[in-house]
Amino acid sequence: MSGAILVVDDEPAIRRLVRGALERAGHQVIEATTAAEALRAFDSAPAVLLLDLGLPDRDGMELVPLAVKRGIPTLILSARDATAEKVAALDLGADDYVVKPFDTDELLARVRTALRRGQGNATSPAVLKAGDVEIDLERHEVRRGGGAVRLTPREFALLAELARHPGRVLTHSHLLRAVWGPAHDDDVEYLRVAVRALRHKLEDDPARPRLIRNEPAIGYRLTEIGDRIDL
Amino acid sequence: MPASARPSPEAQLKQATRESRGAFKIFLGAAPGVGKTFEMLTEGAQRLRAGIDVVVGVVETHGRAETMALTAPFEIVPRRQFEESGRNVEEMDLDAILARRPALVLVDELAHTNAAGSRHPKRWQDVIELLDAGIDVLTTVNVQHIESLNDVVASFTRVRVRETVPDSVFEQAEIEIVDLPPDELIERLKEGKVYVPEEASRALGHFFSKSNLSALRELALRRAAQAVDQQMLDHVRAMGEGGAWAAGERIVVAVSEQPGAESLVRTAKRIADAMHASWSAVAVETARARGFTDADRERLASALRLAASLGATIATVPADSVAAGIIDYVIETNATQVVIGKSRRSLWFKLRNGSVVDTLLRSLDGVAVHVIPASGERMVAAVGTRIEAPPFPINAYVAAVLLVMLTTAIAKLLEPVINTNAVDLLYLIPVTAVATRFGLRPGLLAGMLAVFAYNFFFLPPLYTLTVTNPQNYVVLLILMAVAVICSQFAERLRSRALMGVRIAQDNARLANLAQSLAAVSNHQATAQTIASEVARLFDVATILLDDEDGAIRIVAADPPLDALSPVDIAAAEWSFTRGEPAGKDTATLTACDWQFRPLKTSLGVLAVLGVARQDGRSPIGSDRSVLFAAVLGQAALAHERLVLEDDIREMHVLEERDKLRAALLSSISHDLRTPLTSVMAAAQALDGRNPDPALIGTIRIEAARLGRFFDDLIDMSRIEAGALNVDVEPIDLTDAVAAAAHDMRAVYGKRPVNLAVPPDLPLVRADARLLHHILINLLDNAAKYGAPGTPVIIEGRGTPDGLLLSVIDEGPGLPPGSEDAIFGTFARIEGGDRTGGTGLGLAIVKGFADAMGLSVAAANREEPQGAIFTIGFPRALLVKPQAPGFENGEAETGGEA
Repeated sequence: MSGAILVVDDEPAIRRLVRGALERAGHQVIEATTAAEALRAFDSAPAVLLLDLGLPDRDGMELVPLAVKRGIPTLILSARDATAEKVAALDLGADDYVVKPFDTDELLARVRTALRRGQGNATSPAVLKAGDVEIDLERHEVRRGGGAVRLTPREFALLAELARHPGRVLTHSHLLRAVWGPAHDDDVEYLRVAVRALRHKLEDDPARPRLIRNEPAIGYRLTEIGDRIDL
Repeated sequence: MPASARPSPEAQLKQATRESRGAFKIFLGAAPGVGKTFEMLTEGAQRLRAGIDVVVGVVETHGRAETMALTAPFEIVPRRQFEESGRNVEEMDLDAILARRPALVLVDELAHTNAAGSRHPKRWQDVIELLDAGIDVLTTVNVQHIESLNDVVASFTRVRVRETVPDSVFEQAEIEIVDLPPDELIERLKEGKVYVPEEASRALGHFFSKSNLSALRELALRRAAQAVDQQMLDHVRAMGEGGAWAAGERIVVAVSEQPGAESLVRTAKRIADAMHASWSAVAVETARARGFTDADRERLASALRLAASLGATIATVPADSVAAGIIDYVIETNATQVVIGKSRRSLWFKLRNGSVVDTLLRSLDGVAVHVIPASGERMVAAVGTRIEAPPFPINAYVAAVLLVMLTTAIAKLLEPVINTNAVDLLYLIPVTAVATRFGLRPGLLAGMLAVFAYNFFFLPPLYTLTVTNPQNYVVLLILMAVAVICSQFAERLRSRALMGVRIAQDNARLANLAQSLAAVSNHQATAQTIASEVARLFDVATILLDDEDGAIRIVAADPPLDALSPVDIAAAEWSFTRGEPAGKDTATLTACDWQFRPLKTSLGVLAVLGVARQDGRSPIGSDRSVLFAAVLGQAALAHERLVLEDDIREMHVLEERDKLRAALLSSISHDLRTPLTSVMAAAQALDGRNPDPALIGTIRIEAARLGRFFDDLIDMSRIEAGALNVDVEPIDLTDAVAAAAHDMRAVYGKRPVNLAVPPDLPLVRADARLLHHILINLLDNAAKYGAPGTPVIIEGRGTPDGLLLSVIDEGPGLPPGSEDAIFGTFARIEGGDRTGGTGLGLAIVKGFADAMGLSVAAANREEPQGAIFTIGFPRALLVKPQAPGFENGEAETGGEA
């Protein structure tokens, strides 16, 4: 693994901007302008892929499964903001989807999350912490501020699925399949109700959730505490 | 302004039609040889010299050099040549003239009958088509060819002309009389200067007598004077100088199946013309009509057709008797004059049924009744057409015999107990029963048998037919009278009931049709319904055609049919473009198998309905023509409804689209420039100084806003293109509001946003992304118009009608009265330009809310002052509160598990 971040975009201005921001944050950067170049650059095992979808030779979306297969955490960076496209990219295994124009700080935070996933992939910890909430995946226990929290099996399964991918957006259908099974991947209603219950039990102010964050029309993510994208 | 001074709309319309159509001039002569063709060619030559594009459509030179020399200056459109039953014929080439589009065309012999295979049977129909195409026409005709004068001319010349031209054609034309004193004409004839067709030469001597020519000349002059009179009248009406308008006369002519009906119709036309009155022809349908032969029906139908072609409105009314039908119709139409034919019924018929004339005179006060003697053809045995219905079988007579025998047996049994004189009363029973049940003749038989039986078995001397007591004659008469009266009443009741049933059936059919047409809402289904219903109602094959990009197209047919013969297609097209019936039994393209009727509406002809019968008979008999007209009306209405619905829908979409487009353009400039200006100013401030974190913050916030506007613009253009996908899913409002507040955190900074959305509100069905944009825009709006530092409240609450979500700020609020306009017109709050654009934002809110079926409202609040923007989720969009997946009393796992 080179540790470098592969930026694939056909627009020089965007590449320059992204490279500047990443280098200031201490990352190495490799650039590619076409899908073909990007595929060659996969061989140098980049730490994270920052991928534009509108490439001159191929649709960037085709690169997503290839990157996922090689275990390269992938961030989509696109001007396309159709919900269906975001969901498709995420369901193909992309870690996140950032729409242009973007906030540089937010982009850097997402890159950090992706980097952590790439490095910590092999050893998923048995106990995850998010703020004052501790999730023990092995013992099926959730503690908040030291006290035990009673969850239904579904609520626990949902929280655990989110906790296994901290900071990543998990799409509605991903969560529904993981928790309720493939037959229910359209029943967003189940998800809404379960999230509402979880917030009620885990959040300080359920009306202003900090732990489980909603990505309208896309899915949910478990906030990584300490990131600057927090409110 | 007095009402009489106002130009009548009909008169103005008539003038307007005349102005857009070609000008039409007829050279009218009293007889052949007066020089009509010469006059026409002379005038044509004058126009040609004046630089007008004149062509000769058809001029009969009859091989005379004089006439041929006159045609020399003109371009002559070659005649169409074709073969008809083995011989070559030529006719005026209508299509070639239409294609050539001259300004003026000369057409000789207006009354000419075209060879079979031509588009129209008559040349005058070709001329009408030329006029409709905007081409001026000069033409010639002799007075004996005028339809309404046909009888008159025939009466003194003893030559009946078969080729006639409807009066309505004359009424459209300017008439120029070509006059030649009879003596001079006879002179010319002798010099051989007049062409006379072979077949007429035998009658020539008589026809060209001085007295005939004088009479014809007088007729021609009178007809021309009448035309001038009519034109003057039209002019006066159009100018609104209605003083001389003898209004109010309405004439009704009653036509029957009897010969002479056509001549009656022509007479009525003359009377109507003389009085400048509107007129109508009515056929009364009584029980008798069921006994009509096909020839009777055809005579009636052709009389009605003639009336229609002479400009009458026609009607068929069902009634008990002819007199009753006429009276009802006269009263209904407020007619002032009735024209009927003198009946040649027998005295016996009149005694029994009463004379129609007498009844009319008795019943119609203030209505003049013209009784016209039947003329022309001899009457056929029309009187005998009265029939008994249903046609009685032999068993009616058997029943009469049996009943009388039975009665005799019973009477014989009862004789010991009752008076012999009362026995005659018993015989009333079989007689009334038979007369009522089986009609007159079996009733009479029963009466006669009863008298014989009574006489034979009961009256002394018994078992003889000798009558000793004159009283018995009275009994005999009474029984006969009972038979007659009962059968009459019964038959009248029966026929009335049958007629009632038929009217009810027709009405029910119409109602059914209307109902089934109302139930379908697309063109194909409507067409199919019309085709199959008409096929069922009239027992005919039907086809419905409409026009697609100028070509006629089969939409539906019953039984299914893929293609029509070329001549049928031509007829359908003609009917479509002209809005007139065409094909079989019409005036146009009669060689077709099909009859095509246009579905005319206020929007023009929307489709053409074709009907045909396998056996080649008339597709729609005259007795069904009124029902058929009503059905056509229904079908046309159904089409019109569909077209109007489509139009309204389309107009609505276009209107909305235009509104958005216009608003978008006017807002783009302002809404994009404002944040951009902030960015530039902030960036300039950075230049050459230490970066100030506040300025950098401004750049970021404004750039983000610019980005949001960009999103809005894209969404707006999606709405505009009709490409906005609404992807509905259940949404937790707490969730949605939290996400929006999170995204707006940079704009709000430390300014408080109070989220007052109860966590137990029901989920709503909406598009999450669109709702997010709505909330972002409302929060952005509140951030700008709320006073700095004041909190913005997002409040959700349930109501009986659904759910309300409000964004509430503290600030100046909205200008009073602008609460509704603020979404629709891209209005911005007065003085608000300083705080940046919002007009587009609120329009987006409205556009998205509409797309999702949500309501939006703006209002002011007091204490503290500010604005409230509220999104309403109707009850139908709420998701019933339930927890699927948790419903089985699923135990919570505790920390101790």
